[in-house]
Parts: sequence; structure tokens; C-alpha cells
Amino acid sequence: MSAALLHALSETGQTSSGEAVLFWFLAPVMVLAGIGLLVVKKAVHAALLVITIMISLAILYIAQGAVFLGMVQVVVYTGAVMMLFLFVLMLVGVDGSDSLVETIRAQRWIALIAGIGLAAVLVGVVVTAVYDAQGFSPEAVDNNPQGIAEILFGQYVFAFEAVGALLVTAALGALVLTHRQRLTPKVGQRERADARVAAGATLTPLPAPGVYARHNAMDVPALGPDGRPLESSVPRVLRIRGQEADAEEFAARIDRVLAGGSVVAGKQFGTSDDPEAAATEDNQ
Amino acid sequence: MSLSHYLVLAAILFSLGATTVLLRRNAIIVFMGVELMLNATNLTLVTFSRIHGDLTGQVMAFFVMVVAAAEVVVGLSIIVAIFRTRRSASVDDVNLLKN
Amino acid sequence: MHTLTALVASLPSDTTITPVTETVQAGVLLVAPLLIGIPLLSAAVLLLLGRRTDRWGHWLGVLASSAAFVVGATVFVKMLQRPEGSRVLDVNLTHHWIDAGAFHLNAGMRLDPLSLTFVLLVTFVGTLIHIYAVAYMEHDADRRRFFAYLNLFIAAMLTLVLANSYLLLFFGWEGVGLASYLLIGFWNYRLDYAVAAKKAFVANRIGDLGLIIAMGLMFATFGSVSFDSVLNGVSGTTSQATLNGIAIMLLLAACGKSAQFPLQSWLGDAMAGPTPVSALIHAATMVTAGVYLIVRSAPLFNAAPDAQLVVVCVGAITLLFGAIVGCAKDDIKKALAASTMSQIGYMVLAAGLGPVGYAFAIFHLITHGFFKAGMFLGAGSVMHGMDDQVNMRHFGALARYMKITYITFGCGWLAIMGVPPFSGFFSKDHIIEAAFVPVEGAPWRAWVFGSVALLGAAITAFYMSRLFFMTFEGEKRWTTRTDGEQQHPHESPRLMTWPMIVLAVGSFGLGWYLNAGSKFVDWLTPVLGTPIEDDPVIPALPLKIVTLALVAVGIVIAYRRYAASHVPVVPPVGTSLTRAARVDLYQDVVNDVVLVEPGQALTRSLVYVDRTAIDGTVTSVGRSTVGLGGLARRVQTGYVRSYAASMLLGLVVLVLVVLVIQK
Repeated sequence: MSAALLHALSETGQTSSGEAVLFWFLAPVMVLAGIGLLVVKKAVHAALLVITIMISLAILYIAQGAVFLGMVQVVVYTGAVMMLFLFVLMLVGVDGSDSLVETIRAQRWIALIAGIGLAAVLVGVVVTAVYDAQGFSPEAVDNNPQGIAEILFGQYVFAFEAVGALLVTAALGALVLTHRQRLTPKVGQRERADARVAAGATLTPLPAPGVYARHNAMDVPALGPDGRPLESSVPRVLRIRGQEADAEEFAARIDRVLAGGSVVAGKQFGTSDDPEAAATEDNQ
Repeated sequence: MSLSHYLVLAAILFSLGATTVLLRRNAIIVFMGVELMLNATNLTLVTFSRIHGDLTGQVMAFFVMVVAAAEVVVGLSIIVAIFRTRRSASVDDVNLLKN
Repeated sequence: MHTLTALVASLPSDTTITPVTETVQAGVLLVAPLLIGIPLLSAAVLLLLGRRTDRWGHWLGVLASSAAFVVGATVFVKMLQRPEGSRVLDVNLTHHWIDAGAFHLNAGMRLDPLSLTFVLLVTFVGTLIHIYAVAYMEHDADRRRFFAYLNLFIAAMLTLVLANSYLLLFFGWEGVGLASYLLIGFWNYRLDYAVAAKKAFVANRIGDLGLIIAMGLMFATFGSVSFDSVLNGVSGTTSQATLNGIAIMLLLAACGKSAQFPLQSWLGDAMAGPTPVSALIHAATMVTAGVYLIVRSAPLFNAAPDAQLVVVCVGAITLLFGAIVGCAKDDIKKALAASTMSQIGYMVLAAGLGPVGYAFAIFHLITHGFFKAGMFLGAGSVMHGMDDQVNMRHFGALARYMKITYITFGCGWLAIMGVPPFSGFFSKDHIIEAAFVPVEGAPWRAWVFGSVALLGAAITAFYMSRLFFMTFEGEKRWTTRTDGEQQHPHESPRLMTWPMIVLAVGSFGLGWYLNAGSKFVDWLTPVLGTPIEDDPVIPALPLKIVTLALVAVGIVIAYRRYAASHVPVVPPVGTSLTRAARVDLYQDVVNDVVLVEPGQALTRSLVYVDRTAIDGTVTSVGRSTVGLGGLARRVQTGYVRSYAASMLLGLVVLVLVVLVIQK
């Protein structure tokens, strides 16, 4: 009931004061947001300002009795369109185009004159217009979606179908436009394996570092069957950083640990002439 | 407050949108300006619908929204396609019309 | 209808019968369109299917031509069964060929004795020449195309003679011109042959212009171009100037097509075409189309005596011109071409004499078609045996080596000279007699034109004997072949000799047969009326004797100079007349000076005016546009935002204007 009161027009075509308050609150916000659109630097901020305007518009629609349209405004514009904008902003990122420095000579002045001139003549047209405001009856406002549906699926059913076709076409168009043509053949597991064999690289996985086998750290190289440390067993990142353990130094440390009682005490790590013996030692 | 206020607001929003198109170089913000213009038009349609007590204006606004949605889809994909080839979202960089 | 015919038939015999046309509704005569259709279809098949038809294409051509002859003969027999009064028939092809405002024309075929005469001549001689060409062109890679063109020619020529209106006739007229052009230039990889084809085409174009103007005048005067309307429309009330104009323009057309003075220069060069073409198109059929045109338009010419005088003069001049040129040519084909020109001069002369001569013009045309085609085929046979040599000074004593060619050519030779009982005697004698018939009010005419005809006969006897003796008698003057071997002349294959034999039989007996009981003249009566039997200024018998005596003198002189005595291989310098005759009496020079050079000067000056005045204007307009564009280009920055700004400013201005106007 209160909604009906809000939409009602007086005999002279004046709105209710509740609606006036709403308008005078939202209109400055929207205009300020619109001006903000001209001056903010970041595109994301601009998108937020536009969302502000659109939600305000939705409220004004509802205030004017266009309940269905207000909902559609929120769903379609803020929910879909502006989200799409944000996604694209994410894709495109930030670049020099966000700068506000004008590059075309006199464009700024021309734009301002044209904008203000347009606003002036449009306002001029609007304020000179004479009309007799009818307004909607409370029943019409309550049945707004049904009323729209009757018109949409009655008088404009073909236009509606055509617009549907347009949407499908637009979706397909977007697919086509953003489709990226593959320029090189796809490289899959098989291709990689073939390339590896062709290059003569190691086919098996690289040996694991000496963790558990000799030490509890990743930087200790494993020992090969010949008892020599295997360079490739240390992760590449550690090698690049120069963090792999020095084999000599480590051998000395081992010796210290094993000092006293060990069968192979005193034997130098990695210098064994007998690979079998070295392997046995490792496995213990 | 008369209904003309809505129309004046719509006119101002429309002009702001148009000025955005002229001033901003980022294609996405330019596009937002276009959307703002469409929204301002919708406000006008809704207001006229109320003035005449006829729902057809709202239906028109509905159509504008749908077409705008389609337009946004295509327009943004064009922007993405251009960005891919030129690594720029500036409308000034796309000046092939001159040559 | 029948009473009308009877009425017409009962008119006094010294007036031309106005043809009364019946339309064929049913019966055998409706096959007549096949006459044109069969060769046309064959030509289309040969041209469109191309090389696929190379193996059998020539036989298709022969078949089409002979099929046309069979159809023609059928129509002829059917026509003979009809009473004489109803032998002028129309076969409608379309009821509304052209409907344009006040101009209505239906396309139809005129079947009457005149057109049928031509149909038989064209298809019969044409078929013989087709057969001949199968052998003659055997070694030519493009034989199929040659036959396609020959068939196209047959179709076009039959369209020409069977048309029932000047416009349809013009259609065929252009068709034969095209076929002639294509066939003269058949070996167009040789530049001079291609130039000869072009020359023939351009000279014919002048004549065509005459026909077009004549048709325009007819339409303006009679409102139609059909034979019925025009020829029946001629009456005493039609202005003399108009009639003379139409007649002179028709004569111009005839001059172009029939190589008459002053448009005769193309015929000699037209011998560039293969010999069968020379025989068919440039001797027997196409070049006689002019005579056909004049005879067909007889009522028109009868009503325009001034134009008739011009026709006679043209005929007489060409007659002498061709004869003189023929005396000097050493090229066997060009000598024959000159004689063709001269003989057609006879026909035109006869046609110009009016009712007294029309039938004889056609009569001579028929006999000439046979003996001249026969001689051309003979010349082709000689060339075939002599490695394509054409210079008679390199021939001699061929009689022993090519007996059939010798005898058949001899028949033609005797026929063209008018030696009795060969066919030329009957036809030419009539023309000479007709030329001596006095014209009321102008007694000089009979003497002048009669003497010219008589003199022509004498010169004809001389140069044809010269040609004959130089080729077949005297001593051998052969040169080596192009491949360096000795000449070994031989008789041509049977496919070539048989057509020659048939034509020789025609040259021998046709004139006598057709003349007996004035069969031919009677046959043409439904179209041309009964010829006036007037006595020439010299009685007929002495005239015959004088003619034959002059012919004998010509033969004797030629025999003494070219058979009994030595003929130099290199042509002697000769008198100034000989030298002039060798170059066609300076015809090309005259054409160059009178027509070509002023034309080129005019063209050059027009080009100059075009470049400076017209192009100058256009160019300056273009330049100023470029200048304006340069200014406008500065606005064109390529920046979308600039364009959007101008759009928006424009919108502001528009809304402002609306706002102001509404106030």
C-alpha cells in the first residue's frame, strides 16, 4: 500500500514528497558519479562509479512504478554487464591509456563545449515541453510485470524473438572474435617424449638426492654405482642458487660422524677405487 | 517536484556519458560512457511511460537493455581482440581510418 | 485473293507486276525455315564443340549444305506446281519481331522465284564448293573452323535472299559480311591477309551505312521497311527526291557488297582467303548480293529514273575498270577477281536499265555463278598442283599435266567470253542487246552504254584468254618449289575434280537450257513482270555477229602474245596504262588521298580538341576536387574521438535548430 502511495501523482502532476526526497538524494549522487567518470584515473574506479549510477537508476525506476524494469536493471546491468566490464579490465590490465593527459589538440575543449552544449539544449527541450502527467494506477503498479508481459508477448512478440536471435548471434560473435587460432601444432605428452628420445636425453627419471640414503637434506647428492656423487640428483633450483653441499666437505663430515668403530673408517668419500665396496657402505 | 526533473536528470547523465566518450582514451571507459548514455535514455523512456500511463515505454526500455547487453558482449570482445594484437586499450592507437 | 491475282495478271504487260503476297499457312513450304536453320545449327555445333569435332566436322558441314540444297529443291518443286499467279509467298517466322511505337515488323521468309533462284544457286554451288574444300583444306589444322564459317555464310546468305523485309535482309547482309571477313582473314597469322580482311570489312561498312540510311528513309516515307509496304507503297505521289535518295543509298550498299565503283578496292585483296572462299563468296554468291538488292527493289528504282542512270553509270564504269585491271594482273586469283568485278558490272548495268534488264541481270548472275566458281576452283586446283603458286608468269603448259582442270577451266573460259553455245553467250548477249535499247528522251544512252558493254566483251575475251593461255599453254616457266624441289604439277584428287566437272557442265549447258523458250525469264515474271521486248538501235543479229567478231579478235591477240610467243617471267615495265592497271588504277592511292588522309587529319584534330578542351575541363574539375579534398583531409585525423566530437557537435546544432524552429 505504501508503494502505491509513493507512485501516486497529485492533480497537478506533482510527485509525492517521499519520491521527491528520494530523487533529491539520488540525483546529486548520480551526477557526481557521472562527473567522477570523467576525472578518475583508474578504470576500476570508473566501473564502480558506473555501478553506483546504475543501481541508483534501478531505485528510481522502482520509485517510478517500473518495478520489473528496476529488477532487470540490477540483474542485467550491475549483475552481468558491469561484471563483464570488470572481467575485461582484468584481462587488459592497466596501461598508458588510463592517463588523463590529452593528446589530441583542442579535444578537451571541444568535448567540454559539446557536452555542456548538449546538456543545455536537451534541458531546454525538456523544460519547454508541455505535458499532462497521467501516472499509473496502484493496480497497474502492482501488476507491472504482468502488464509488461502482456505487451511484450502480445504486440511485440516478433521483436522479442528477433532480439533473442540477436543475443545468440552476439554470443557467437564474441566467441568468434575472441577465438585464438593455433599457430603451431599442439605439443602433448607423446610429442614431448618423442622429442626427448630424438635429443638423446635421459629417458628415466633423474636420480633422487641422497635424502635418507646418506643424509636427511635435499642438497646432498646421491652416489652413483661407481661411488661418485651424481650432480643431477640435486634439484636444479638448489644448483642454480649454489646451495648444494660441497662433496669434499660433506665427506669430511661423514668421516667425523663415523669416527671410531666403523669398518670403513678413514676411507675417503667419493674416492674409493672399489665401487662395490662404496655401494655396500652406502647401503648400510 | 514534477516529472520533468527526471527528464532533466536523464539529459545531464546523457551529456556526461557523451563527454566521457569524447574525453577518455581507455576504450573500456569509453564503453562505459556509451552504457551511461543508454541508461539515461532508459530513464527517459521510463519517465515518459509514467507520464503517459502506458507500459509500452517500459517495454522499449527493456528492449534497449537487451540490445545493450548484446552490444556489450560484442564490443568488449572487439576490445579484447584489439588488445591482443596491439597490446593497448587506447582508442587513439586504433587510427587506421586515416590510412 | 485469287481474283486480285487474276486482276494483277491481266494488267498490261509493259508495267511491272506489283507482287501480291500470300502467306503460307500449311503444307510442304513450311519447311523453308530449315534452309537457314540447318547450316546455322551446323555452324554452331562446329564452333561450340570445338576441337572435338575436328575428325568429322567437315563432313557435317557438307551434310548441312547439301541438306539445305535438298530443302531448297523441295521448295522449288513445290513452287513449280503452283500456278504462276500465286508464286509469291511469305512464311511467317514471328508475328511480332519488332514492335516499337509506330514501327511494326514481323520476321518472315519471302519465297518467290527470285529468292528461290538464289537459294538454289547458293546451296548447289555452295555444296559443290564444300565438297571441294574437304580435299583442298585437308592439310589445314583449322579445317573444322573453316567449314563452320562456310556454313555460317550459307545461313547468312540464305537469310539475305529469303528475308521479307529490308531489316531482315540487313541481318543476312551483315552476316555474310562477317563470314566474308572471317574467311578472308582465315589465315590471319599473315599480316597482309589480316589487313585484307579488315579492308574488306571497312569497305563493306560504308555500303552498310547506305543500307541503314535507305532503311531510315523508307521508314520516314512509307512507315515500314517490309518489302510489301515499301515496294507496293511507291506511287506517283512519293517525292522524286526521296525516291532517288533511297535508291542511291541502296546503290551505295550494293556497291559496297558487290565491289562496284567506287567501293571496289577490297575485292582484289579479298583473294587472301582460301580459294574455295574466293569461289563461293567472292565470285558466285555474296558479291552478287548487291545485284539482288537492286533487282529486289525494282519498283523503287523504276520510279527513280535519275538513280537508275547512276546505277547504269556505276555498272559501266566498273565493267571497264575491272576489265582493264584484269588485263594487267599476273596473280591468277586477282585476275579472276578483276573479271568478277567486271562481270558484276555487267549485271549492275543490266539492273540499271530497268524492266528491260532485270531478268537478264539475274540470268547472267546465275550463269556467272557457275562458270566463275568453276574457274576459281580450277585456279585452286592449279595452285594445289603448283605448290600454291599464284603468279601466272610461273605457270605455262599445264594443259598436259592437269587434263581435267584444263577442260573444266576451258568451259568456264569459253562461257565467260560468251562463245556460243556456252552459257555466258546467252546471258551476256541479252545484256548487250538490252544496253542498246534506246531510252526515250536520251538517245545517247543506248549508244554509250551499248558500246561500253560491247567493248567490255572484247576486253574480257582478251584478258580471260591471256589468263588461260598463260596458265595452260605456251612453254613451261616453272620455278622451284618452296622446299627447293622441282615443280611436278599433278591433277587434283577426285573430291576436287568432281565439283569442277559439275560446274563445267553448268557452264556449258545451263545458259542454253534456261534460255530455251525463255524459261528463265518466264520463271521470274511473277516478281519482275514481263520484260519489255524493245528493239535495240542495232538489229539483234548484226549485234551478235559484231560481238563475236570482237571476242575473236581478243582471243587472237591474246593467243599471239601469250601462247605463240615467249612470255617473260619478270613482268616488263609496260605502258603507263599497264602500270596503272597493275595497281588497280591507283584506286588505293585515290582512297588514301580522298578518304583516309582527310579522315586521319580530322581524327587527329578531334583528338587534339579532346585532349585540350574536353580533357582540360575534366582535368581541372578533378584538380580542384583534389584541392578541396586536401583541405578536407586535415579534418580526417583517424581518431575516433575526433569523429565522435564532430558527430556530437552536429547533434547539438540539430537539436538547437529544432528548438529554435519550434519557438
